[in-house]
Amino acid sequence: MAYLLRHPGEVALRTLQHLEIVAIAIGIALALALPLGVLAARSARVRGPLLVLLNAIYTLPSLAVLAFLVTYFGLGLVTTEIALVAYAQMVLVRNISVGLLGVPAAMREAALGLGMTPLQSLLRVEFPQALPVIVAGLRLATVATISIATLAGKIDAGGLGALLFAGLDNDDPNRIVAGSLAAATLAIGADLALRGCERLAVSRTR
Amino acid sequence: MSAAGAAVSMRDIVVCYAGADRRAVDDVSLDVAAGEFVVLLGPSGCGKSTLLRTINRLVVPAAGTIALDGRDARDQTPEALRRGIGYVIQAVGLFGHLSVGRNVAIVPELLGWERDRIAARVDELLALVRLEPARYRDRMPRELSGGEQQRVGVARALAAEPRVLLMDEPFGAVDAIVRTALQDETLRIHRALGTTILFVTHDVDEALRLADRIVVMNAGKIVQADVPLRVLAKPASDYVAELMDAKDAVRRLQLLRARDAMAPPGAPTKGRIDAERSLREALSQLLEGSDRLSVVEGERECGTLGFEDVRGAIAATER
Repeated sequence: MAYLLRHPGEVALRTLQHLEIVAIAIGIALALALPLGVLAARSARVRGPLLVLLNAIYTLPSLAVLAFLVTYFGLGLVTTEIALVAYAQMVLVRNISVGLLGVPAAMREAALGLGMTPLQSLLRVEFPQALPVIVAGLRLATVATISIATLAGKIDAGGLGALLFAGLDNDDPNRIVAGSLAAATLAIGADLALRGCERLAVSRTR
Repeated sequence: MSAAGAAVSMRDIVVCYAGADRRAVDDVSLDVAAGEFVVLLGPSGCGKSTLLRTINRLVVPAAGTIALDGRDARDQTPEALRRGIGYVIQAVGLFGHLSVGRNVAIVPELLGWERDRIAARVDELLALVRLEPARYRDRMPRELSGGEQQRVGVARALAAEPRVLLMDEPFGAVDAIVRTALQDETLRIHRALGTTILFVTHDVDEALRLADRIVVMNAGKIVQADVPLRVLAKPASDYVAELMDAKDAVRRLQLLRARDAMAPPGAPTKGRIDAERSLREALSQLLEGSDRLSVVEGERECGTLGFEDVRGAIAATER
């Protein structure tokens, strides 16, 4: 608390950095997961192996993955984002495909029967219907990413992790408390905000 | 775009599903006249739904051609074809995240109609299926009863004035009273718009009530195609006779009008019946204690009807 009060600029900067790392990761992860999720929903042959692969990545210890990636991509933001995007894929692809598979067959039948192209059916009917499940996945992925992103501080990518590791290295509990508080606030805030979106999506579809 | 019906011509249609040991539709040809109400009737698995779905290319036949008003259905993209063909399914398939009005507006939106025209059309259609536009336009599908949902489904299918309407067991999931009401609405809409309707059902009574012509199917083939009364009175095979329960004479009475059986006026009567009512209703009145009914057109007696006339009408259908 003392650190937070004495260095509000430093904490704010690290928080913004952290948000930036997370936003880039989730943006890229979504852009990747949307086509993969659609593919998985359309083809059972793709779905099985793809989810096994993503699940395997998801179970790897994050610090080990980060250390491994550093040997190829060096220290910094790029390495961090690669790890974060890879971790988020499992939850995102799973929820997107499960959400799409949960759309009643009659709706897709009606959409095509009325003359929608498969893409129109996807965008106008299936995604809106699957939105609650997809947003739930987005929430889980975002909260996990906020947490894993603290490791970025260890490999010179900044964020709240930098504050935490500096605190650990310098035996400065004040910095650790400030970093932890900020990280927890971010995670809880994102969770609450996306829960709100989820409820909104549910109320619009059911 | 004309609202009147289009002729549908199916030639040598074959449909094979992967892994099935026989053809789902086995070399079927069927001509449906513009404005005709044809019911495809048969047990599940007989190929009636599959045949229906070849018309809007949700099922692509392995062989054969389909033409609407002489124009090969393959001349346009499947999407363009489907936007010109109404489609109603048993599960309704309303889009739960869109209001009733937005559901009905789907096809006009796909066709790029202007806002005002769509809004006017939506209200017109809701009124057509007897859902008061001001009350229903902005409600969500989940707030409606099953019968109301299917009314919206019918309105949605008719939105862009299709010349052909495909209905796949549309009233199979609603209770008997609602089903009868929806059948009446369908007949009224058919008379009002002149749309060609192909209607799939396994319910014999529904087929008898609705059809200009009944097409009976079995194992992927058409086994009889004729007006309802002849399918009942002259079943083409034991299969058709059994399916239609053709020995049930009372069923046939439902298809005959008092006018068809009446004797000349003059004899003493008790009770009256409108000339357009069915002989089944006439028989019911006779059984309630009259030996002879007066058959009326408005207030004027045009004939009389007794038991022997009803029996004679039944016998005549078998000749």
